[in-house]
Amino acid sequence: METESGVLTGEHFLSGNEACAEGALAAGCRFFAGYPITPSTEVAEHLAERLPQVGGIFIQMEDELASMNAILGAAWAGRKTMSATSGPGFSLMMENLGLGIITETPCVIVNVQRGGPSTGLPTLVGQADMMQAKWGSHGPYEIIALCPSSAQECFDFTVKAFNLSEQYRTPVLVMSDEVVGHMTEKVVIPPADKIEITKRRTPRVPPEKYLPYDPDPDGVPQMALAGQGYKMHITGLTHDKKGYPVITEEAQVALIGRLIDKIRKNRDKIIQYEEEQCEGADVIVCSYGISARISQLAIQNARAEGIKVGVLKLIVVWPFPEKKIDELAGKTKGFVVPEINCGQISLEVERCAHGKAKVILVPHAGGGTHNPDKILEAIRRAAA
Amino acid sequence: MTQQQACTMVEHHPIDALLRQDRIPHIWCSGCGLGTSVTAFVNAVKDCGIPLDKISVVSGIGCTGRVAGYMNLDSFHTTHGRALPFATGLHLGNPSLKVIVFSGDGDLISIGGNHFIHTARRNMDITVICVNNFNYGMTGGQGAPTTPLGAKSTTTPYGNIEFPFSIPHLAAASGATYVARWTALDTRRLKNSMQEAIVRKGFSVVEVISPCPTLYGRLNRLGTGLDMMKFYQENTVIKHGADPASVAIGKDSKIIVGKFVDIERPTYLDMMKQGLGARFKIPIPERCVDKTEIPGDDE
Repeated sequence: METESGVLTGEHFLSGNEACAEGALAAGCRFFAGYPITPSTEVAEHLAERLPQVGGIFIQMEDELASMNAILGAAWAGRKTMSATSGPGFSLMMENLGLGIITETPCVIVNVQRGGPSTGLPTLVGQADMMQAKWGSHGPYEIIALCPSSAQECFDFTVKAFNLSEQYRTPVLVMSDEVVGHMTEKVVIPPADKIEITKRRTPRVPPEKYLPYDPDPDGVPQMALAGQGYKMHITGLTHDKKGYPVITEEAQVALIGRLIDKIRKNRDKIIQYEEEQCEGADVIVCSYGISARISQLAIQNARAEGIKVGVLKLIVVWPFPEKKIDELAGKTKGFVVPEINCGQISLEVERCAHGKAKVILVPHAGGGTHNPDKILEAIRRAAA
Repeated sequence: MTQQQACTMVEHHPIDALLRQDRIPHIWCSGCGLGTSVTAFVNAVKDCGIPLDKISVVSGIGCTGRVAGYMNLDSFHTTHGRALPFATGLHLGNPSLKVIVFSGDGDLISIGGNHFIHTARRNMDITVICVNNFNYGMTGGQGAPTTPLGAKSTTTPYGNIEFPFSIPHLAAASGATYVARWTALDTRRLKNSMQEAIVRKGFSVVEVISPCPTLYGRLNRLGTGLDMMKFYQENTVIKHGADPASVAIGKDSKIIVGKFVDIERPTYLDMMKQGLGARFKIPIPERCVDKTEIPGDDE
């Protein structure tokens, strides 16, 4: 049942991509700019139909460079904004993801990952943009990224992504994948008043006292909007609290330090994962997205063989749950990390395990999901 | 006017309030045309009748890209070439704003060229002020998509072999509804044209031909900024309504200036209202346009 809030409360049969779109609407997104690209296009198509119904604006831009900039511009006009893309478009968005980070502009980008590099496998799955999500734009920064593994999670995590983007005033990435995006399953959309929404932190001082980059105690500044009389200057150059460019080492150290700290110092509030039977486990399968679901059969089979297997399913992948991995590493023989790439998140697990447990990557170059037997084999090796 | 009135001292320059005084002095070279261009722009903004709180200026990167940073308005200094898509988001996000993009030829026509033609095609209600100095000033005088054939730059040391874009032709062909060109010497006509472009609905483009004596001028032995202004004075031909296809600029050619295009065509939001408005309640506020008197050319 449609409500004024744009929330389609009820039980639905939706693809992951449609669920991302509905999650965005439920979170209050009223501006989408995008460019068609497989396998993410359904997010745009769904919003092209739905946004006008709820008073929002959909625009198909000339490319992903433009899409990324348009969502930043609309955010400064006061909208909650989103774009959706896949590998090649994600690469183009990297340029202005950086602009979003340095100008502290809240917005959400959905990347429905496919096989790469380059045009790669437009219609087939990959999970190989995980490090690009972390490091893809130039310069030092921290990012927030979530990984859904079902259509329900596409809805839930997109709402969460919007909330995090407003809370920390930063672009947030939803790192979906082709299988999750195209898989159609039951999605329960709660009533609007049961969906937690984080509002934008607007200025609490008049224009003459406003400093656009003077942070609150949590490191996040208040955000004025264009047209409200604040006459702010917003630049992609390194800037001071006034927002004015300052091309010095000191200004860089101060600004970048704060941008990184506002994520790192709040990481315990941001990080989220699901943990299952990790106490006393011989092996812990650490995974995310579609690979977390593919692992289920291997985990059941290993348990049937008598191996104590725990599961650590990552929800927020960036910032990475360093402390959790370190803690578990001291209590288990090994981690098994299945992912549809040739070693990305497994490197993080290895780094955070500090040599206390072995880390076995189950790689896959992309184009399909893992054969669960390969994961089972890795679990056996880790337990040995 | 009495003698006494004529001698009255004022504490502030009339355009001070529109500039961020705490950012002056600016970074531009002496002899650069950006000084007069910005003065004309500030006067146009002051007189356009739109409340200043409702005006946003967006720039890309380069010497002209620094304009946003000196304007005491909501101002956005974005990435190289991306001012227009950012401005598109800002405009659609809040259509009551007047969004003006102020940037250079390299930024808008080379790296931002695709955005330029598509924003024009959609007839987005945005004004573009494009200062054309025929080269990349900020990075040291490299060739641009506007560099005339045969002209020297640091990346065309033997003379430019690439056919340049003519900005009015590109703008008109892509769908701009207002296209004008003046030189940085024509400050009064430039101001009037900018003011007219700002209040027009639709995608309006004002090209400003501007001297870069430090680089383009030096590399092509065109003399000082003053010499280049003198060249404009002697070689500018005003031709209102000239076919935009006929106003290309050669290395030593006459410079045709004037208002080339001034037509009406539904904007992107007009089309959205027409296409969707009957079915959906999309709140599209009108942008603030007060009555403005645009002085004529010959006053």
